[in-house]
Amino acid sequence: MAKIGVFVCQCGNNIARTVDTAEVAKYCGEQDGVVHVEDYKFMCSAPGQEMFKKAIKEKGLDACIVSACSPKMHEATFRNAAEAAGLNPFKVEIANIREHCSWVHDDKAVGTVKSKDLTKMMIERIKFNKPLERYVMPLTKRALVLGGGIAGIQAALDLAQAGVDVHIVEREPSLGGNMARLSETFPTLDCSQCIMTPRMVEVQNHPLITVHAYAELEQLSGYIGNFRARIRQKAKYVIDDLCTGCGECWEKCPFSTESEFEMGLVKRPIIYIPFPQAVPTVPVIDNTECPKILKDKCGLCADVCGPDCIDFTQQDEIKEIDFGAIIVATGFQLMPNVYREYGGWRPPHMTPKKLTAKQRKALPRSDAGRLVDVINGLEFERLASASGPTGGQIRRPSDGKIPEVVVFIACVGSRDCNKGVEYCSKICCMYTAKHTMLYQHAVHHGKSYVFYMDIRAGGKGYEEFINRAQDEGAQYVRGRVSRLTKKGDKILVKGADTLTGQAVDVEADMVVLATAMVPQGDSEQVAQTLGIGYDKHGFFSEQHPKLMPVESSTGGIFLAGACQGVKDIPETVAQASATAAKVLGLFSKDEMMRDPEIAIVDQEKCMNCWDCVTVCPYLAISRVELKDRNGNFRKWAAEVNPGLCQGCGICNTACRSKSIELMGYTNEQVYAQITAFGGDII
Amino acid sequence: MGKKIEIHDFEPKIMAFVCKWCTYSGADLAGTSRMDYSPNVRMIRLPCSGRIDPQFMIKAFEQGADGVIISGCHPGDCHYNEGNYYARRRNTTFRQLMDFHGIDIERIEFSWISAAEAIKWTEVIDAFTEKVRELGRHPQYDDEIVDPYAQFLVQKDQESA
Repeated sequence: MAKIGVFVCQCGNNIARTVDTAEVAKYCGEQDGVVHVEDYKFMCSAPGQEMFKKAIKEKGLDACIVSACSPKMHEATFRNAAEAAGLNPFKVEIANIREHCSWVHDDKAVGTVKSKDLTKMMIERIKFNKPLERYVMPLTKRALVLGGGIAGIQAALDLAQAGVDVHIVEREPSLGGNMARLSETFPTLDCSQCIMTPRMVEVQNHPLITVHAYAELEQLSGYIGNFRARIRQKAKYVIDDLCTGCGECWEKCPFSTESEFEMGLVKRPIIYIPFPQAVPTVPVIDNTECPKILKDKCGLCADVCGPDCIDFTQQDEIKEIDFGAIIVATGFQLMPNVYREYGGWRPPHMTPKKLTAKQRKALPRSDAGRLVDVINGLEFERLASASGPTGGQIRRPSDGKIPEVVVFIACVGSRDCNKGVEYCSKICCMYTAKHTMLYQHAVHHGKSYVFYMDIRAGGKGYEEFINRAQDEGAQYVRGRVSRLTKKGDKILVKGADTLTGQAVDVEADMVVLATAMVPQGDSEQVAQTLGIGYDKHGFFSEQHPKLMPVESSTGGIFLAGACQGVKDIPETVAQASATAAKVLGLFSKDEMMRDPEIAIVDQEKCMNCWDCVTVCPYLAISRVELKDRNGNFRKWAAEVNPGLCQGCGICNTACRSKSIELMGYTNEQVYAQITAFGGDII
Repeated sequence: MGKKIEIHDFEPKIMAFVCKWCTYSGADLAGTSRMDYSPNVRMIRLPCSGRIDPQFMIKAFEQGADGVIISGCHPGDCHYNEGNYYARRRNTTFRQLMDFHGIDIERIEFSWISAAEAIKWTEVIDAFTEKVRELGRHPQYDDEIVDPYAQFLVQKDQESA
């Protein structure tokens, strides 16, 4: 026989004003199984909780109902109090008579009837509550950071400085990401490489950080605290441990192709490091281009290599490593195909899929009729960068002339769902202002025009920066550009000034497009590999836009930087540090406690329809073979992985044989609750 | 606050099966905002609308409910990614079966109410209560057993006892 205690809270006057709590308590006392009732002014106060604990101990209660506010408010409070008093916390239920009754009904008689009914339904329900124990799960204290850009570097350093073992997986041969491409950063005009490269070296030298450069995550299994990652280390054809980074090989390599890092503005050798400050300084051989690998000709790099570290027979290597948490920092790209709208010409590697040498040859190489001098923001960064292809002199790509008139076009692809994406890319206003300044600093007599829609400069020192750009000579024209056409060796920019209502034609030497920031081309595949949510643009979705901005929809996977949404560098760094803090929070315990309100299978009753396996959104249910004591196969049954189960109960509803039950919301409990319904309604 | 509750001749009994992330929180918000809605509803809190078994509805009708409300997060907002899609699909197929079973499907309300939509919650409750009040008392289970053969068996059983 159950010994149930019912505690009715008056909540000051909040409940008592429209509910006769004494009447409710009296009614509950008459119910079957109820041995103790209380009616108190503030159950959640310290004396109220003491009374609650005392009643459990003295009366030996085996279940308690608290008729009070929403379970979102104080379920945890009373469950903890019950635990302290020696009662299983899952034997405590809340009947919500404040938010769902006293606050919404003005009539005391009505409120009292409804409160009685709500409490009675809970009394019937709690008779079927089972005592549940929290699960203890093991925890691997090692973190995986996907992406070696500024977000990944910041997160990895923060974690490593706190003593966590970190692995960075970077797809390119070097760390650095997009930030390494920038010449200077707004709003302070700091040199990007000057602040970036020391961090890259710090990552490389940190004893707790392992960098897997030129590697990709191929598969991920497991759950929070216990992930297993399959990492494919792509063949570099260079032995990491032997290479000294002397540079003999890439200087002697007789073949070349467009440099991805320099946005195709110049060529790079086939055995290469992406940029001089690359970390690690180990070159890789591009196996889609290398004649030695493709047709066994050349091999010059192996001849000149002093330490003999070139191995043309190297194969991709698969590493399997266990992790406890994952930080996704895969970054962004600039919208790749927006050039066509403006008649721009792209080197073939900018087409979304990487092409083979043969396919590349088939593409037209000539730039006839195309506008070579229409470039995007990142290309301009390379032109302006002191370590870039022009050594910091701004020269246009077609003929190397110093441009006298440059037109910057903002919002290319952004804020326009017909030609690009609907959202604002947020950083373009600022980097366009920076570009005008970099240009004015490099070409003193030059003239720069900015065609813009609106100036969005929300940030510390940002509006001042825009004003400074205008003071330094940039001509801001509010309006859109309708077309770019070739006129001699110049580009005729036809635009409009919507403030004066006039058409504006500018004969420019070079046009810079502030193209939209979009996720990496394969972000959806990455999301599917990781099992996290993504939005319609391909940005990864956070758990809650306001209160959980760095957690992904899957436990133990966190999001940092522009892979989650458009961001500038300070925001990216802040978010990366936030993910590191979250991971440290997760790793602060030696074991993980899991809520026991998850599904449990009665394996004897299971009749192997596998509906639960199909419906589970977390792939938490697997098929197992049951064996008898001699080890012979007996039957198939479903099994729930308590680490993966999130307790949604979809399987419970789908189960045909009613052999899978969601603890805390079992069929028995719900039916008992429904059965108590049916008395007076008002 | 302030709406005086009017007692009608017939007050329908309504059972609501709601998900704890959206609709239950929406109803909480209606409380914290001191909104006002008809008191005829009793709510059962479940983790997800995907947990709502159609048999719960039948059981509720059996217990004398005159109407049943099912509510969860909007499509795309499910805390468990896809639970509400299962609820929606189950509802569309099960309505026909309910109809066949003799339950007036006008008495089953299915709606998406987010944690922010306290106003929608009160509107749904008020409108549905009014609708069920006009439909009148649910007649299906007035006599516990309506099947004549089953009645015959029960009678026989009673006679022998």
